[in-house]
Amino acid sequence: MKAEWSGFAGGKWENEVDVRDFIQKNYTLYEGDDSFLAGPTKATTTLWDQVMELTKEERAKGGVLDMDTKIISTITSHGAGYLNKDLEKIVGFQTDKPFKRSLQPYGGIRMAEKACSDNGYTVDPEVSEFFSTHRKTHNAGVFDAYTAEMRAARSNHIITGLPDAYGRGRIIGDYRRVALYGIDFLIQDKKKQKDTTSMTMTAEVIRDREELSEQIRALDELKKLGEIYGCDISKPATNVQEAIQALYFGYLAAVKEQNGAAMSLGRTSTFIDIYAERDLANGTFTEEQIQEFVDHFIMKLRLVKFARTPEYNQIFAGDPTWVTESIGGVGVDGRPLVTKNSFRYLHTLTNLGTAPEPNMTVLWSTRLPHNFKAFCAKMSIQSSAIQYENDDLMRATHGDDYAIACCVSSMRVGKEMQFFGARANLAKCLLYAINGGVDELTKKQVGPKYRPITAEYLDYNEVMEKYKDMMSWLAGLYVNTLNVIHFMHDKYCYERLQMSLHDREVKRYFATGIAGLSVVADSLSAIKYAKVKAVRDENGIVTEYEVEGDFPKYGNNDDRVDSIATELVHTFMDMIRQNHTYRNGVPTMSILTITSNVTYGKNTGSTPDGRRHGEPLAPGANPMHGRDSHGALASLSSVAKLPFKDAQDGISNTFSIIPGALGKEDQVFAGDLDLDRL
Amino acid sequence: MNGYIHSIETFGTVDGPGVRYVIFTQGCPMRCKYCHNPDTWQPKIGNQKSVEELLIDYEKYKPFLRDGGITVTGGEPLMQIDFVTELFEKAREKEIHTCLDTSGITFQPDNPAVLEKFDRLLSATDLVMLDIKHIDNKEHLELTGQYNDNILAFAKYLEEKEVPVWIRHVVVPTITDNEDYLYQLGYFIGSLKNLKALDVLPYHDMGKVKYESLKMEYPLKDIPPLPKERAIEAREIILKGLRARREELRNEQDK
Repeated sequence: MKAEWSGFAGGKWENEVDVRDFIQKNYTLYEGDDSFLAGPTKATTTLWDQVMELTKEERAKGGVLDMDTKIISTITSHGAGYLNKDLEKIVGFQTDKPFKRSLQPYGGIRMAEKACSDNGYTVDPEVSEFFSTHRKTHNAGVFDAYTAEMRAARSNHIITGLPDAYGRGRIIGDYRRVALYGIDFLIQDKKKQKDTTSMTMTAEVIRDREELSEQIRALDELKKLGEIYGCDISKPATNVQEAIQALYFGYLAAVKEQNGAAMSLGRTSTFIDIYAERDLANGTFTEEQIQEFVDHFIMKLRLVKFARTPEYNQIFAGDPTWVTESIGGVGVDGRPLVTKNSFRYLHTLTNLGTAPEPNMTVLWSTRLPHNFKAFCAKMSIQSSAIQYENDDLMRATHGDDYAIACCVSSMRVGKEMQFFGARANLAKCLLYAINGGVDELTKKQVGPKYRPITAEYLDYNEVMEKYKDMMSWLAGLYVNTLNVIHFMHDKYCYERLQMSLHDREVKRYFATGIAGLSVVADSLSAIKYAKVKAVRDENGIVTEYEVEGDFPKYGNNDDRVDSIATELVHTFMDMIRQNHTYRNGVPTMSILTITSNVTYGKNTGSTPDGRRHGEPLAPGANPMHGRDSHGALASLSSVAKLPFKDAQDGISNTFSIIPGALGKEDQVFAGDLDLDRL
Repeated sequence: MNGYIHSIETFGTVDGPGVRYVIFTQGCPMRCKYCHNPDTWQPKIGNQKSVEELLIDYEKYKPFLRDGGITVTGGEPLMQIDFVTELFEKAREKEIHTCLDTSGITFQPDNPAVLEKFDRLLSATDLVMLDIKHIDNKEHLELTGQYNDNILAFAKYLEEKEVPVWIRHVVVPTITDNEDYLYQLGYFIGSLKNLKALDVLPYHDMGKVKYESLKMEYPLKDIPPLPKERAIEAREIILKGLRARREELRNEQDK
């Protein structure tokens, strides 16, 4: 066994890259409470005060403090940057100083230019010229291949948020590998992979070989990134501080190379805990020191920043990076994957205060230790910053070493990746079905010129028949648009570093998504159970709907309408499945608009459920606002009926509740009275 | 049997122990000025649901309601006492915890026919949450449109029948937020051997919106919501009265 691994239980992981095997053989389940946790050190508080000061300055400057306009961001493009070199236990920034956003033109030079100009900066003309003339970008490639129909669907917002001008993200490198094996081992492994490809030079083999070469190059650069900061990451980490640092360098290299829509971290806390336990046992570090490393690491993750346009930030409500970290869950052998470090990560919300990033996601199982559940509840109440996902559901398909990318996309770390697919607006599609493919707002013929509905009152069967035809058209166009996007992204903006931290054989999910589910379910329910009158404009385009009578509404655990919603999900997913996908991606679908539902509402005309043009769609799989009238359990039950197998990329439900509605405040409520003691 | 149901809350966390399936019945004889559900006043309108229907619906949420049960509130559930009785009896058969949230206003201590009905209902009731609106009889009339004699009699009757009771009391600035009244309330409930909990609710004006949508004038429009801190003080005053009464009773016992 290598010296750096002494004290660890050996296994298959020693000879081949297998982080899961290492974790399973070495982690220590923690079932105790949160009393062991340490508060922030003086260094932590000083650094964080500095961050808050810089944040204030950034806000005062309109949201961006500094931007790089000349140096194209690569893994080794910048010198070392620090907040305070003497205090930082975990180091590394995307550029040569904190809060300075990097220049990443490979997704699209125009987007990079706009991100700068909107914030008062100008990209160096030489860079602009180079990426307009000499080096093609992902964005330019996509538009070379788009059809007229694709462009129309895009500009009329029936397909929205497509990653055709920016990085697609949603790929999680297994950054733990950097810490466990060191770069040299990983390079050796990749070289072996390259030496053993098929030697019949088909287009696929050539692409594989070129990609492997790029991956090896990226790993070399990652090693250099360590050197820039005076760290040697060529060999395995020897203690918890080195392990966190090496893992972070892996992640940092990814965000230096890719301005992806979601740059998630993976599932690192229990992995790191193995080093922490070893160091605690050996007396290498104290609990305070380990918490400090974790705090400084999380601080760095909070400072990941990208150059983006105001429109982009408007869609996502803020300046999100989706540095999602998946915590907890249960192993396939039934042992919960909760360690002391699961607590330490969540404890940063206390030590550094609450923050939306990194997006701490608890993989929830009924079988998590009680003390951990209680701690999660406590931290949720305190910070409102924890996301929960159903581990019992996902473990069945992904095992116990998967992580969440972005908000709900699950994938096995280092073994699976995703082609991010934005979403199709099913509500607008329903309006297209009624109007024969004419957009209700722009009045343009966007969809196929099918016969529109001409009756004054909508008939359920007629609408359904036409809707299915229109959905089928949409699914085909949507998947093919994504085929273009992902081909070009691989070609011009390949995630070489992230893919170098993947296995050779990677399962690629071909993600799609839908918006407007609850609007459509309620609309179809209204058409079926009430009377819906279509109001047409002078050109015969239906622009308004009048609903007469009441109808069952999604969100009340009423099968009459919930079955419409589940059927829709199933039907559309099957239509997606009928299409060819780039690189044999496995099609999945998500129902997860979290904030963009507001924008989609602006771009969607009035709908037959009585929703007016401009009113927001419900987020994700949520019932429409105010229509769930039977309380939380009924509302959640409706959502829970949606079939996961047809929405495997995730179903989100945004749920907010005032603390008072979760039970009595014990100060006012006297509780059980012991009469004899009064 | 069918009941007139105003609405259902599947995730009730403040109407009895645990997470509860809460049934709001339609119809109420009281006209409390601070009522935040004026849309439940008129009897015999709206949806009708059968006991069976409700219990089938309950089953859908059973895993969440393990530590809770059913609460019937309103409106005033006792306006449909036969319906509630059947519901509770059937629920009992399924070992569901039953809780009645009531003002006790329909109780008539001197009417044997009414008593018979109450006896049957109470024998299927695990917990009564009795909302005493005002301890002073005249003030009670002013606040709710009814006297409180029967309500207080009901409290004593629950004690006699050994039905566990939670006392609820809304503290309203200028109306019930009064040292004497609060103390008196505590003094009264201090005698109840079946008392299990005291639930002090600070007055809020979230009902205003409903009055507006019903085009009714909101009677307490000039009264501000009670701050939480004051509710805590009010609870202390009630508990003071309660302790005093307990002390007296103990002394009497010792004699």
